[in-house]
Parts: sequence; structure tokens; C-alpha cells
Amino acid sequence: MIEFQGLHKTFGSNHVLKGVSGVLEAGKVNLILGGSGTGKSVLLKCLVGLLQPDDGAVLYNGRSFHESNVTEKKAIRREIGMLFQGSALFDSKTVEQNVMFPLDMLSNMEKGEKIDRVNFCLERVGLAGKNDLMPSEISGGMQKRVGIARAIVANSKYLFCDEPNSGLDPRTAILIDDLIKEITYEYNITTTVVTHDMNSVLGIGDKILYFQAGEKLWEGTRHEIYDAKVKEFNDFIFANIAMQELKNRN
Amino acid sequence: MRWLGRYILFIGSLFKNREPFRVYVQQILNECVNIGIDSLVIVVIVSTFIGAVTAVQTAYNMVSPFIPNYIIGMLVRDMVVLELAPTITSVVLAGKVGSHIAGSLGTMRITEQIDAIEIMGINSASYLVLPKIIGAIIVFPMLVILAAFLGIYGGFVAGVATNALTQVEYVYGVQYEFVPFNVGFMLIKTVVFAFIIASISSFSGFFTKGGALEVGKASTQAVTSSCIAVLLADYIISQLLLV
Ligand SMILES: Nc1ncnc2c1ncn2[C@@H]1O[C@H](COP(=O)(O)OP(=O)(O)OP(=O)(O)O)[C@@H](O)[C@H]1O
Ligand SMILES: [Mg+2]
Repeated sequence: MIEFQGLHKTFGSNHVLKGVSGVLEAGKVNLILGGSGTGKSVLLKCLVGLLQPDDGAVLYNGRSFHESNVTEKKAIRREIGMLFQGSALFDSKTVEQNVMFPLDMLSNMEKGEKIDRVNFCLERVGLAGKNDLMPSEISGGMQKRVGIARAIVANSKYLFCDEPNSGLDPRTAILIDDLIKEITYEYNITTTVVTHDMNSVLGIGDKILYFQAGEKLWEGTRHEIYDAKVKEFNDFIFANIAMQELKNRN
Repeated sequence: MRWLGRYILFIGSLFKNREPFRVYVQQILNECVNIGIDSLVIVVIVSTFIGAVTAVQTAYNMVSPFIPNYIIGMLVRDMVVLELAPTITSVVLAGKVGSHIAGSLGTMRITEQIDAIEIMGINSASYLVLPKIIGAIIVFPMLVILAAFLGIYGGFVAGVATNALTQVEYVYGVQYEFVPFNVGFMLIKTVVFAFIIASISSFSGFFTKGGALEVGKASTQAVTSSCIAVLLADYIISQLLLV
């Protein structure tokens, strides 16, 4: 479980996070939902420690990330896997080397063990046998899969995904969503997904946190969204569902 | 001034919480190969011609019949070893290696590859930059020694071909009053230049913000800044060690 409390983040005069708090539940897919520019990515970066919040705390199973010393931080970091918005694969390394990278850096495994583990993960994300391709030689959807394989290869307990299905066609997007959901349950991972995609909400969101203009306006389960009493959130849902209807009709 | 402060902090951060040394060995070897192979051709061409031009111009300037011809060989040797081989080669390498370092780190930054390393609890600055600096410190002196040999050889070919002096005179001149310290001076300069170029270019690339346009700017900035820094350092080292 990850808790965050009173997070503030300001860039110059731009107050992006205005004291947000929330709980991300263990073994579930938690969605951080909100329109463009509401500070979702900034929140995610504060959670994983890529950005230092001005104020507030992030607790990983009770361990405060930003108050930890370097060794403790490293220990927490090593339990974190992240899928970046643009996949962020190392473009000078092959698919296999990309997925093996965390093992090379963090584990003392033998070469053979590492290869077995990499092959297992590649197979899990549906990319068996693609070991020797370069990132530039595979499609965006495949890059996301490699990104997921790299994020879980070192047995991460926490998985963060920044807009995992942006830039993908709707069918591939659903496949990636399903993969994230399956992996979360299979390995009991605490997964956090940033998105503005209503399909994801209905498909994989166990828990939803809705943000607008740097504030959390609503928090609840997927089944509660239609009963939400927050006007902005209702507008967001219905605008998206209406869009979806239109798209489906065409 | 703020720039200088941030640069010094950056250099400091390379050595804090770094990974175990075994992680770096392969990286350093890769960087050495990259830098060496990348720059070999240009260094060979530039140094040979500079030696040749130096010999021809020195001969052209020596009109007095009282100065023996072999002095040309000696002058070429000293100019090449003291200044031309280390400094010109480094300026050329600042263009070639510096822009490559800044460009590749800049691209890794804007495509979040650096964040991807950082997220694993790895000191990304140290992991990416230290091997580049060490690689440069290993390979630059090799390239400069090669450049010195080729420069002196270029002078030999040009001097003899233009009948400015004979082969024997040139070889005698190259050996005449040879000061071994000058070679040490050349290598000290080169190591300093290697550090300056690799670290400034890394600094420039590592903190790129924005998109592809900014990566291009970071590359240009890296080359300009490291050239200026190299020439400044050249002057300071010469003052300290030769005067
Ligand atoms: N490193 C930064 N420096 C300065 N401002 C930043 C930085 N990162 C984000 N911001 C600002 O923070 C605000 C929120 O950005 P953020 O990337 O979190 O939006 P988002 O909710 O992820 O939107 P999107 O759905 O488009 O990705 C924006 O106004 C942005 O300009
Ligand atoms: Mg974003």
C-alpha cells in the first residue's frame, strides 16, 4: 500500500500540486484520472521520487520515501518498476538487453538465470523470441510491452504506468490494459496507472482517484463512479462516455 | 557563475553513491572504443597536415643563411609536441566527441531513459557520465601521441619534398636538444583537456530540457563551451608549467 499526504509542488509561480492526499491499494490497479495538464505526471514523479515535493509525505508500506536516507531510498527504489509515457527503452540496447538491464544492475544472478528470467518475462508480455530486435525495429505497442517486461523483471512490488495506452490504437490499448491488470493480480503488485482514458476506467480500474487543477476531487471504486456527487467528475465521465458513443457509432 | 556552481555540484554527484566498480568496466571499454574509432580518421588527417604546414611555413620564414636547416626539424617537433598535437587535437575532439556525448545524453534525457535508470535506484549521472570521462582520459592521450608522431612525420614529408632540408637534417633536428619533459607536458595537458571536454559536454547534455530542438542546442553549447574551456586551460597550464 502506498499513502501520500499533503503533497505540494510548485514550479516557479505555477502551483501544480495543491496538497493532495490519497491511498493506493495493494494488489490492485489504482487509476489516477484527470484532464490534460492537471498534474498527473507530476504527482507520479513525486510518488516515485523523480521529483522532490515541496511539502508532504509518501509512505511505501509505512516507510517514508522522502525522509529515508540514501540506502533506504535505494531499497524502496528497487521495489519500483515504471512504464514511461514514451516507453523510455534504451535505444542502443536490444530488447533482451533492455529487459535484462535491471537484473544486470541490481541482482547477483548468473548469466543463465538472467536469460531464463528475461525469456519468462518476454513470453509473459507476448514477445517470446523477439530478444535480438532493437527498440527502433518494433512497434509502439511492442515497445510498451518491453517496457512492462523491464518494469517487472526484477520482481517489483510497485508498478507505475504513465499513460500506458497513449498513442496506441483502441484494440492494442485494451490489450496493454489487460496485460497490466493480469500482471497486477498474478504477482500481487500495487499498480498505479495515470490515464485520461475512460475505457481504462471501466476496464481495469479497481480504485479511481480523480484530479483536477492539482487537487483530488473524488476517490472511490469503479462501481461507485455513477453515484459520485462531484459535478466536475460527473461532467468528465459523461463527456468521455458521450465521446465513446460517438466514436463507436462511426 | 551559477553555471560554474552547478557544474561543480554535478561533478561531485558523479562520485556519490556510485555503483560497484565492476558495473563500470564494460561501460568504460565501450566508451573507449566509441571515442577512439569515431575520431581516428579526423585526427590522422588533421595532425599530418598541421605538421606539414608547420614545416613549410617555418622553412619559408627562415631566410638567414646562418641558421642551420635542421632547426626546422627541431621547431616542428617543439611546436607539435607542446601545442599543436594536444591542443588542436583536443579542439577537434571537442567537436567530434563533445557533440556526440551531449547529443546522446540529451536524447536519453528527453526520452526519459535517464529517469528509467534513476527509478531503479541507480545514480544515473554517475552510471552514464563517469565511463565517458574515464574513457576520454584513457583514449585522448593515445590519440594525441599518434597525432604528435604523425605531425612530425608530416613535417618530414613536406620539408623534404619542398627541398627545404634533407632527410638527415630533419631527423637530426627532431633529436636535437630534445626535452623529455615536453612529452610529459603534452600528456598532462591532454588529460586535463579530456576531462574538461567529456565533463562539460556531459553536463550540457545531461540537463537538457524540452525536445529535439534543445538537444541540438545542447550539442552546440557543449562544443562551444568546451573549446573555450580547453583554450583557457591551455593558457593556464602553460603559465604554470613552462614559465
Ligand atoms: N519539470 C517541470 N518544470 C516546470 N513545469 C512543469 C514541469 N513538469 C510539469 N510542469 C507543469 O506542471 C503542470 C502539470 O503537468 P503534468 O505533466 O503533470 O500534466 P498531466 O496531468 O500529466 O497532463 P497530460 O495528461 O497532458 O500528460 C503543467 O502546467 C506543466 O507545465
Ligand atoms: Mg502526463
